[in-house]
Order: sequence, then structure tokens, then C-alpha cells
Amino acid sequence: MNDLFRWDYVFDHLDEIQASTLEHLKLTLLAVGVGLLISFPLALLAHRVRWTYGPITWVTGVMFTIPSLALFAFLVPFTGLTVLTAEIGLVSYTLLILIRNIVSALDAVPADVRESAVGMGLSPGQVMWRVQVPLALPVILGGVRIATVTTIGLVTVTAVIGQGGVGTYILSGLRSLVPTFTILGAALAIILAVTMDRLLVLVEKLVTPWARSRSARTA
Amino acid sequence: MDVLVEALELLFDGSNWTGSMLDSGSILTRLWEHVFISVTSVALAIVVALPLGLYIGHRRRFEALVINLSNVGRALPAFAVLALAYTVALRWQISFEFWPAFIALFLLAIPPIVTNTYVGVKEVDADVVEAARGMGFSEIEVLRRIEIPLSLPLIVAGIRTSLVQVIATATLAAITAGGNFGRFIQNGFARQERPLILAGAILVALLAIAAELLMALVEKAVRQRSTESPDATVFDEVGLGPGVEAA
Repeated sequence: MNDLFRWDYVFDHLDEIQASTLEHLKLTLLAVGVGLLISFPLALLAHRVRWTYGPITWVTGVMFTIPSLALFAFLVPFTGLTVLTAEIGLVSYTLLILIRNIVSALDAVPADVRESAVGMGLSPGQVMWRVQVPLALPVILGGVRIATVTTIGLVTVTAVIGQGGVGTYILSGLRSLVPTFTILGAALAIILAVTMDRLLVLVEKLVTPWARSRSARTA
Repeated sequence: MDVLVEALELLFDGSNWTGSMLDSGSILTRLWEHVFISVTSVALAIVVALPLGLYIGHRRRFEALVINLSNVGRALPAFAVLALAYTVALRWQISFEFWPAFIALFLLAIPPIVTNTYVGVKEVDADVVEAARGMGFSEIEVLRRIEIPLSLPLIVAGIRTSLVQVIATATLAAITAGGNFGRFIQNGFARQERPLILAGAILVALLAIAAELLMALVEKAVRQRSTESPDATVFDEVGLGPGVEAA
């Protein structure tokens, strides 16, 4: 039983573990950041020009159904075993989540509020950035949270193409059949995902003191 | 584009449905394995999650505990859970083909069903429940004749999310040992045969979309039977997440 998880390995390699955890986080944040940069204009378009919503969610929805393992494996001949390969996959999985949330968040801003902002003489840009976006922020952040947590899980899979963060431990554990590696990697991934999830729930609550807390999320 | 043509040739070559698909097993065998493990793990998840959701929704006990656990469960990375299950199976010398993936998928399928069942029951109009009690319904009757029928669309939506998520995630089982469509992708990657990877990906995506459509039909049928439940549609529109979860 004592070789199931060897703490001495962990204590001897704390630097390495910290580095791979940070790498995991970096890959995740980069993907969600770039995902937001792409999603926001698309969501604005879908919000303003209604008929584009269908095609946009359809395309990103199809991207979403591609198995991650296949997407990463498939891109390797084009972009190699690189961060770029990982990020192309990771970013494309964030799009559907983010766009759907941003659009429904913007849609949920009452028309009265927008009209009174216009009536007070705000320019369209000001209405967007000073009225609509702040009001839509909680739902947008909800999307960011789901995208972040999903991405943390997907980054573990990118270990297959050599960009795994803590997924590297999982994979080498599976290949060498040394349980310490697998357990270490899985535990780190789980801790990272759950911590970020709880942290972002907290942020959501902080930016929306007026919103009622909702503990349950439905599918 | 050549890759796509070659992948489609693999899929449209009738012999691959019963035979080799470049020595990774026939499409029908892998389809059966993929469907079998997805359906059985979701079925067992329903057996566990449904009573749990109904109980906490009806009795309003342990709600915070169960829902928080469920939310945390949703954050679990599938590959990590799969790897842990594989390690445990290895330790106890259980079959590596089926059980690790089954256990992992079963665990991942639980949270959406619990949460949706709970919310569905909780959101049933309190007046309706009171009226039923006033008419002399026992608690079991309230649950069976009022709460379950009215929350059914939301319950089905939860099962739909779980099923589609499990179908996508089952692909990862091929990294350990499980046989399913993921085997094509894994072998294609190992041998750098891109048409095989693409063909595998198309099969998984089609299966996920088919499951999504099938469950959408069931949901619609159920919804029509309980149209007086206004809450059921609200949550879909909030768009807190797509029905599919990337894996």
C-alpha cells in the first residue's frame, strides 16, 4: 500500500510541481482570455443583428462536439507539438460557452433601462459600456467561470501533445503505471478546477451585491 | 481536403463497418462499445441521482450540502477522474477495459441529473402542492402525481446533458484501455494516420449529435405533456451552459 502514493516524491519535486501547476493555469487563462476577445465582438454582432445568432452558435456548437483528443491529435501535423496547437483547441471550446452567455446577458438588460440611458443623452458606446455591460456582468462572469473550469479539464488532455501542465503527470503515470504520478496529476487538476470554480463564484457575488444568490445551476 | 476525402472513404467503405478500419476494430463493434458504456453509466447515474434529487427537492433537507457537492462534481476534470479510476482498477486487479471508464463516466453523469431534478421539484408551484395536500394526497402521492410530472422536462434535460457529456468523454477512455470510437483517434494519433483520427472524430461527433437530438425529442414530448409547468423552460433560456460539454 505504501507505494500507492509516495509523499517523498512530492516533497522532493515541489519546484517542478509548482511550475507545472502555473503552466496549467497559464494555458487556461490564455485560452479564456483569447476566447473572450473573439467571443465578445461575435456576441455583440449576434445581439445587434439577430439573424447571425443562429449561424454563430451553430458553428461554435459543432466545434464543441469535436472530441478534444481528436482535435489536438489532428492539428499536430499542421502546428506541431506546440502551445499553439493546444491553444487553438482550447480557445475553440470556450467560444460556444462564452458567446451564449454574453448574448443572453445582454438580452436580459431591460429595454427601459437602455432607453432611459439614451434619453439621458448617452452615446451608443456609452450605453453599451456604462449601462449594458455592467448590468450583464454577472451572467457574463458565469460564462467565464464555466469556460475556465472546462478549460482546466481540457488542458489535462493536452498532455497528449506535450503541453499538459499537470496532465503530464497523469499521462506519465498511466504510461509507466506508477500510481503516484497519476494521483498527483489528477489531484492537482481537481484542486485547480474546484478552487477556480469557487473563486469565480465569489467574484460573481462581489460584482453583483444586488443579485440574489443562486446555488443551483441547471443544465 | 485530401484528409477529409480519405476519412470519408474509410467511413463509406462498407467493409470497415464489420472489419478492420485500419486494424482498430470494426465501426459496428466500436459503436456498440461506445453506446453500451455511455448508456449503462448514465442509467446507473439515474438510479442514484434521481432519488437523491427528488428527496432533497421534496423534503428540502441537505439541499445546500448536496447541491454544493454537485456543483463541485461538475468542476471535476474528466481525464483526471478517468485516470484515478484506472489507477484504482489497476490496484485491485479489476478489468481495465470496462470498469475504470464505467466508474468515471458514472460519477461524471451524476451532478447534472441531481441538480436538475432538485431544481425541477423545488420550482413546482407551492400553491399546487398545498392544494394537493389539502385534497388529501399523501407525501408519496404529491411526489408521484404532482412534483415528478411537473418537473419531468427539467429532469430529462439533466439526463440529456449527462448523456451527451458522457458520450464525448468516453472517447478519452481510449487513452487508458477502453474500447470505443476513441480507439480510432488514439491509434490514428499513435501511427500519425490523420484520416483515421478524423474518421473517429466524425463518428463521436455524430453520435453526440444523435443523442442530443433524440433527447431533445424526448424532452419536447415530455414538455408538451406538462405545459402547465412554466418553470421548465426558464432554465434553458438562461443559457448557463450548452447541453454538450467538451471533453
